[in-house]
Amino acid sequence: MNITMQTGGDSLVIDGVALNSRLIMGTGGAPSLEGLGAALLASGTELTTVALRRHSAGAAGSLFELLVDHGIRVLPNTAGCFTAREAVMTAELAREALETDWVKLEVIADEQTLLPDAVELVDATEQLVARGFKVFAYTNDDPVLALRLEHLGAVAVMPLGAPIGTGLGILNPHNIELIVARAGVPVVLDAGIGTASDAALAMELGCDAVLLATAVTRAQDPARMAEAFKHAVIAGRLASQAGRIPKREHAFASSAMEGRPDL
Amino acid sequence: MTETPLAAISMNGSVRALAPGETITDLVSELTGRSIAADGTSTDGRRLGVAVARNAAVVPRSQWASTTLTPGDDIEIVTAVQGG
Repeated sequence: MNITMQTGGDSLVIDGVALNSRLIMGTGGAPSLEGLGAALLASGTELTTVALRRHSAGAAGSLFELLVDHGIRVLPNTAGCFTAREAVMTAELAREALETDWVKLEVIADEQTLLPDAVELVDATEQLVARGFKVFAYTNDDPVLALRLEHLGAVAVMPLGAPIGTGLGILNPHNIELIVARAGVPVVLDAGIGTASDAALAMELGCDAVLLATAVTRAQDPARMAEAFKHAVIAGRLASQAGRIPKREHAFASSAMEGRPDL
Repeated sequence: MTETPLAAISMNGSVRALAPGETITDLVSELTGRSIAADGTSTDGRRLGVAVARNAAVVPRSQWASTTLTPGDDIEIVTAVQGG
């Protein structure tokens, strides 16, 4: 099986759109636009998040143009929103600016934890779905909330592995497995990823994709780390489909004892 | 002779003087340094990636040219930046 078959024959479909990479990239934390472009290319991503902020006069280079030039689909987020009202307004601005009805809905409770505020998140999801948005809901690793968001019309649910930017990996793999087992929409592990093995684990747990930013943009060599994640996501996906062996209490020889010479 | 007070708006949190007849298109063109057509697209043919809110309501690009600013307007002009 070659790489093309692994990825091309196993597309991630969200809202009817087929993506050949299961690695969704964020763009926060990159020191330069050039470095970011190189990392995005190395990651092989086809979908990348951006934030929406005031346009500053004379801004050097445009992130939006960089993504358009590389043929990478844009997923605007509502980062920095604390209420459903702010999130809906931000999504409306993003739809107008970037000509997409996809939105990564992020409604955080406070700046210390950056954890989603479940009540505002549910409210915002309801409002955005009613306004025709395709909601990618960034959520806690709570199987009940994840299913609630799906029932409200989210096109993907995105549980966190650990708080944003911590690099702590997947703190509650059991909950992620439970979310995956009950989901009818794609599950994207979002936030907390520190290194390639975390992304592979997410895929082995059954997630449909991984979203990360800091782990690449703040790595010492972002492009190399991006390439590592590209392979980790493919490896984890293949492993999850291949059916792992059961775990055993005791050793189990792989070489037969039968026919052993008398030494 | 009485002095007319200068008309002003708020643009991205800063006070900006307002000349009579100025529209949202004028603001977007000034901020982005690009020429904006009557339909709100950039005349260089590239996507603009900009949205405008006037007094907390989104103004579609198709209405930029016909939206004349009023003193006291609160204008936010946003674009995509690194994040998430």
